[in-house]
This record gives sequence, structure tokens and C-alpha cells, in this order.
Amino acid sequence: MSQIHIKQGQIIDPANNINRIGDVYIADGKVVSVTHEPAGFKPTTVIDATNKIICPGFIDLSTRLREPGQSRKATFKSEAIAAASAGVTTMCLQPDTNPVIDTPAVAELIKELAEKAHYPQIYPIAALTRKLEGTELSSMLSLKQAGCIAVGNAQQSVKNLLILRRAMEYAASHDLLVMFRPNDYWLGNNGCAHEGAVATRYGLPSIPEEAETIALAQCLELVELTGCRMHFGQLSCKRSVIKIYQAKKYGLNVSADVAIHQLHLTENDMIPFDSSYHVLPPFRTEEDKQYLREGLASGTLNSICSDHQPHDIDAKLGAFPETEPGVSALETLLPLMLKLVEQGAISLQQGIAALSENPARVLHLNSGALTLGYAADVCVFDPELTWQVNAENWKSQGINTPFWGQEFKGRVTHTLQAGKIIYSLE
Amino acid sequence: MLDINDLLNKLEAELKRVIVERGLVDPLMIGIRTGGVWVAEQLHQRLGIQDDLALLDISFYRDDFSQIGVNPNVKPSQLPQDIKGRDIILIDDVFYTGRTIRAALNEIFDYGRPNQVVLAVLIERDGKQIPLCPDCVGTSIKLNAGQRIKLTGPSPLSIHLQTLDAVA
Amino acid sequence: MTENIQLNSEGKLKHFLSIEGLNKTLLTEVLDIAESFIGMNDQQIKKVPLLRGKTIVNLFFENSTRTRTTFELAAKRLSADVLSMSIATSSTSKGESLLDTIRNLEAMFVDMFVVRHAISGAAHFIAQHTAPHISVINAGDGQHAHPTQAMLDMFTIRQVKQDFSNLRVAIIGDILHSRVARSQIQALNILGAAEVRVIAPKTLLPSHVESLGVNVSHDLTSGLKDIDVIIMLRLQKERMTSALLPSESEYFKCFGLTEAKLKIAKPDAIVMHPGPINRGVEIDSKVADGPQSVILKQVSNGIAIRMAIMAMAMQKQGAAG
Repeated sequence: MSQIHIKQGQIIDPANNINRIGDVYIADGKVVSVTHEPAGFKPTTVIDATNKIICPGFIDLSTRLREPGQSRKATFKSEAIAAASAGVTTMCLQPDTNPVIDTPAVAELIKELAEKAHYPQIYPIAALTRKLEGTELSSMLSLKQAGCIAVGNAQQSVKNLLILRRAMEYAASHDLLVMFRPNDYWLGNNGCAHEGAVATRYGLPSIPEEAETIALAQCLELVELTGCRMHFGQLSCKRSVIKIYQAKKYGLNVSADVAIHQLHLTENDMIPFDSSYHVLPPFRTEEDKQYLREGLASGTLNSICSDHQPHDIDAKLGAFPETEPGVSALETLLPLMLKLVEQGAISLQQGIAALSENPARVLHLNSGALTLGYAADVCVFDPELTWQVNAENWKSQGINTPFWGQEFKGRVTHTLQAGKIIYSLE
Repeated sequence: MLDINDLLNKLEAELKRVIVERGLVDPLMIGIRTGGVWVAEQLHQRLGIQDDLALLDISFYRDDFSQIGVNPNVKPSQLPQDIKGRDIILIDDVFYTGRTIRAALNEIFDYGRPNQVVLAVLIERDGKQIPLCPDCVGTSIKLNAGQRIKLTGPSPLSIHLQTLDAVA
Repeated sequence: MTENIQLNSEGKLKHFLSIEGLNKTLLTEVLDIAESFIGMNDQQIKKVPLLRGKTIVNLFFENSTRTRTTFELAAKRLSADVLSMSIATSSTSKGESLLDTIRNLEAMFVDMFVVRHAISGAAHFIAQHTAPHISVINAGDGQHAHPTQAMLDMFTIRQVKQDFSNLRVAIIGDILHSRVARSQIQALNILGAAEVRVIAPKTLLPSHVESLGVNVSHDLTSGLKDIDVIIMLRLQKERMTSALLPSESEYFKCFGLTEAKLKIAKPDAIVMHPGPINRGVEIDSKVADGPQSVILKQVSNGIAIRMAIMAMAMQKQGAAG
């Protein structure tokens, strides 16, 4: 097996409290030292990380790679390359594939597709209910045994609270994490924009923030009732942050993440009727954005995800409400996190922790850190390197991003997954 | 030197001659906005025409709509109900390229089929682009490059010779 | 800003998609040009050759006989060739995509699309993706805008009241679902109306409605004080079944315009309605047919306004066809 020496970079490993210039030594696919060269170490590859940052590879809590079933939008192959170029070494796959991840066969298929794409660390999230229809429980234990890391509801509201309670109890009994997107079906109202001044002006069917906060409140009560471990995904409002804060203070075993684009864009940034801004949950107000940022800084929201949703061109071509929501978001994950740091919203350590240590903790993974003996998932990036989001640089099959054409600072130069270099910027 | 009264006198005389020559009976006088109307008002009075002076706005019949667009100050034309079989005296201030008269004729014929049309203009200048010509003129002149002739009114009615600045 | 796609590189009107993004000068020009077309109604010949040789396609994805016929008549009076297409869309049937429909028609050398669609933003989308020489007129998109209707309403107001700066205008009814109301509010504010007031129950008002530049009242009796122009909006039957209102009779009791309620407004107040009218639901027959009603004037002004807007949108600067 190869031995890799990453030289003289700034090592930022929040899990182990490391923030200094140093070297990382990798052998047999594992991190063997972050201090001194091990005896008899003969590197087959040396990566010069001068003026670069060495950190744990990023763990993305919410991605969609569109296979199986929607390969017109993207494939494991194309998105694995995009993920690798983005410094992402672990991805959680949302269950709303086609077919839904509600049988072990689909979970096995996903494993196969991941192997074929040379990107084994893709963990499927199993569907909470069969077909995500919210009426019958899925075979959560079999799915767990087939490799699913958690159960979740993707973007589908669970309309019946009794079913949700039972699903949470069942998941808890098998010690399964529930990854939940809170959204009340009726209040959500098939909207496509935040219920506020902008949606009113453009006559867009809208979603009040209460669709999220009320569903969240219900879930938190159910968490207390069932003892289930719950992680809330892609929160978008101020009052959701407050509820998570109160729940944690109260002692509930909950965590939450926010999609990186929600930390940067609000309803006012939307170019009217431009479908690149069509996302769910929708971009909300400046106040919501500030609370999300503060929630991240204070640790209430502990993780950032990309919420990667690549689309084919046709999906975004149409009148705004008729287009499909979602941003192709893997490759802007790092530069947008760095922008948050630059704007003073969080520190660099917090940003890296939100992408590595904290998601690992949520998933109970021995990962997201440069701990000796852990699989060597490493990201090396140049924080000063500028690049433009354009066809030349973009790897994902989906080009649906509101950041298309923009210049960013911060680019991954090397990505290692289990000690293997899966990406290097030439 | 162009004296307005001289021109009106000359045009009046010419018109009287042509009315007899062409055998116009109970003619309808039509003035083309805006300059033509001012001239027509004078002639209408001098010739003692029976019917009220009719007014024609050719804005919607111009051939340069795609270059200059719609004029927001168009007042509707005022023509009598029945054009059919009428003898028409069409009056304009300056005959230049001929496009205005073409548009005017198109509009008049959309209203009905006149018996005949006599065209009388105060000033005929060089620069014709359409094969039309006035039946009566107050005067014919040739202008230098960059010169333009303009009628102001309605009172006092006067003629101005302008030199346009060279376009940058 | 998407609004700028309405103007060409010389600031002249190219597409007419929403009132937002257009300035007072341009809106006034629309009214003035419509004025000259109104004069034509009295003429023997109601046609002018302005758009002769041009092909206008009415693309109606949402049914509307009255709007469609006024656009047809307007186009014909400009001597254009008109093609009217009613395209039924249902969410279940996967018909031709919007873009494909446009492309197929473009291939037949059309010059203008007049679009009515049930989804907000449809006209903008078409304007952004259609061939560069084609103009798009929005005949109503979802809940977003109905700018030609707003302009004919402004024209009617100007005919009777002349000056906008002294006017207090009340818009009454289902503002939430009304694209007409949104466009009217924008037009009134740009033209400098003294006050725009919306009067409706809370369930029929959109969130943050004040941000549109209006005062809000939930009570017709107090809301009608000092009003010069009353615009009634149509109440659709679906509002009862979707739990926005209990019943038509209760709505009429609170927000229906009766002769008695009309007296609260200024004595020379005018009553308007974009139509079609629901007699006895939002407005009493006596008021709709009464001396203060200008509803029929609105209808006859509709053609002239649409002629003006089509003519302005088709004019191109310079040689670019």
C-alpha cells in the first residue's frame, strides 16, 4: 500500500484540537502520524502543502447523486468526481431515489454503484416509511444491515403524526439516527418561495416559515416522547434555530445542519423568476440568515451540508414555480464556507469542524478527524487560490447554481479517501 | 426671400385655375397636419369652400414606423362620412420626398373612392423620392445641402429656412 | 434585474411583462398613444396599417374569451395577422414543454406573442428564451401581473379624473390571488396616486402587502372614506372551498359594494371592475349599472390600450428588424 507524506501545510483538525504548521503521514490507508516522520517511512507520494491547509475530508450530510432512477440529471460517476474535487470524502445519500431506498436491494445497488465509481464512502440514508409515502414503516433493521447509516424522510412531509411517532420509536429501538427535514404538508401548500414581500410582489405560491417551525416543534415533542435520536436537516429560519437551542438546553438528543447556500442568500438576492434560486426550503429573510449564521457560530447548528441536488437543464427551464428546486452544490461548499469565515461569521476552525468533526459525530462515524488510526480522509486546499464557476472548472453534471459565473477564493488541491488520492488539481 | 402672403396669393390663383380646368364640383378641402392644416385654413377662407375643412393625420400611415415608432401626440383625422365620388383638394405645406402624400392618399382611399384628388402645396422643394407631384404650388425652390424649410404658425404664419448642423 | 428585459438597448419598450420596471414617462406614453387610438372608434375605418405584415400569436394557456377577443381585435385593428391558440394544460398530462411550444411557433416566423398562463413568471420565461426579434406581451401570468388590464384601468381613471396626484384609490376583494391588483397598485404608485388602499379580509391579503405601497383596511365602511376611485375585484368560487371565506353571502355583507356603502366614498367617486362581474357577491347590480360605474368604459378602452401597447412593443430602433 502506498505511503503518502503531506508536507508543511497548516493542519487544522478541530476534533484533535490541532491548528499548526506540520506534516501528515499516511500509510496503509490510515493516518499514522501528524507530528513526526514514522520510522522506516518511505513515501511513494509527497504532497507539498506549503501555504495550504490540511484538514479532514468533508462529510456531507445531504446529497443526491440521482442514481438509481434519474441518471439524466447526474450519475454516481460524475458526482463522485465533483465530490472529490470539492474535498468531500464521505457523502450521505438521500433516500428519494427511484426506486426509493426502502429495500436492502436498493441499498446493495447503491454500494455497487459507489464501488464502480471508485468512491466507496457513500452512505445511503434509508427511507423512514415505505416509498416515503408516510403510511407504512420501512424495514429499517434490514436496511441498516445493508449499510444504511440512518433513516430519513428526504423532502417528504410525514402527514400523520401517529405514523411519525411509531417510525421514530422503531428507529430508536434499532439505535438508528433519524435525519429529518421538517415541513408541514398543509402549511407548505405547494409553495416555491418564502411567504414574504418578495413572493407577494411576484405572485409566487409561498411557504410560510411556520411550515418548518411547527413541524419542527412537533418533532421535538416526539423526540422527547420516543427517545429517538434526531438530526434536523437543512433548517432555514430563525425560529427553527431558537427551537433547536431550547431543545438542546432542555437536554434532548438532537442536532441540526444548514445548507451552505442558506447562509449566503436571502429572498432579496433572488433574481426575479430565475430558477437557479428555486430551492426548498426557500431562501428566507435577512434576519433568518443572521440567525442561521449565529446558530452555526454558537454551536446550536453544528453542521453544514451542501444539499447537493444536480438537475438536467430542462428541470430548470420553465416558469419559476414549475421548475424543480435544488442547487448543484458540492463544488461551492468549500469556497462558500471560506466566505463565511472571511465575513467574520465563523472562525476557520468552526467552518472545518462543521464540515468534518461534527457531521462525523452526528453519524457516529470514526471519521472527520486526522486521528491516528483513522482512515486517511484528507483534504488539502489553497485558501488563496481564486477560480471561477464555469464550464471549464465545473465537474458536476448539474450546472444549476445561482453562483454560476462567480469568482471564488479557495480551492481544493488534493483529496484523499482512505489513503488513496482521488483528486489532485493539476 | 420667401414671403408668406406672396406664396398664398400665388397658390390661391393656381388653385382657382385648376378648379376650373379639372372641373371640380363642390370640392372637399383636406389639410394634412400640422403645417398643411394652417395653409388649408387660409385657402379655405380665401376660396370660400362650402364644407368644413377636413383634417388628416397621417401618423399611422407613415412608412417609417419601425424606425421612429409611434407618435404619442396623434389626434384623430377628421373626415366626413362619405368620401366616395367627392372631388378633393389635398393641401400640405411642403412637398419634399413625396412620402407624406403617399401616406395621405392611402389613408384617404381607405375612407372611400374619391372622384379625383388635386394636390396643392405652398412650397415644392427638391429631393423627391416617390413619383408624385403637386398640381399647384406657391413656389418651387432648390435648397443647399443641410438646409431645411419649415413653416411655423398658425398665427403668425411664417416660413423659415434653417441650416442643420452637420451630424457628428 | 429581470424588469430591464422589457426595454431594448435604447430604452424603448420591447416586451410588456409587468408594470414594475417601467417609469412614469413610459406609462404616460402608453396612455397618450391609447388616446389617439380611442379616436378611431368613431371613425368609419377602424383600422390603421401600423402592423401590417406582422404576425401576432395569442398564446392562451389559460382560458379567457374576453381577454383573448380584445387582443385579437386590437391586433386586427393594427392590420396585423392574428393567430389565437388555446393550449389546454393539465398537471397530469405531459404535453409539449413551454419552450418547445414557443420554438415551434417561432419557426413559423411570428413577430409577437401575447401570453396568458396560469403560472407566475411564464411570460418572463418566454421573453427570456424567445428569438431576439420577437416581442412578448403578458396577458396575465398566475398571480403575478396583468399589466394591460392595469393600463386600461389607469386610462379609464385618467379619462374621468385627469390628475392622479389627488386620487385616493381603494382596491377591494381578493388581493391575494389577484394579478390585476398587483399591477394596478404598481401603476397607481408610479403614476403618483395620493393613496392606494386595499380593503379585504385577512385571508385574502398576501403577506407583507404593505410592502407593495398600500394602506390596509379590513373594514369596508371605514375604508371607503374619502375614496375617489373604487376598484372591485372578482371573488372566485374556489375561495369558499379552500377555507379562505365562509360564504358568498357573508362576503357580500362585509365587502360587497351596495348603494349605501358607495355613499361613504366621495360623491363623485367612480366604480370600476376588471370583470367579469359577480352580481350580488362583490357588487350590487344597482351599483354596477349605476351612474358612478365606468365598467363599460373599461371594456371599450381595452382595445385601444392593447393597440397602443402592441404598437409600442413592435417599434424597433434602427435597422434591426
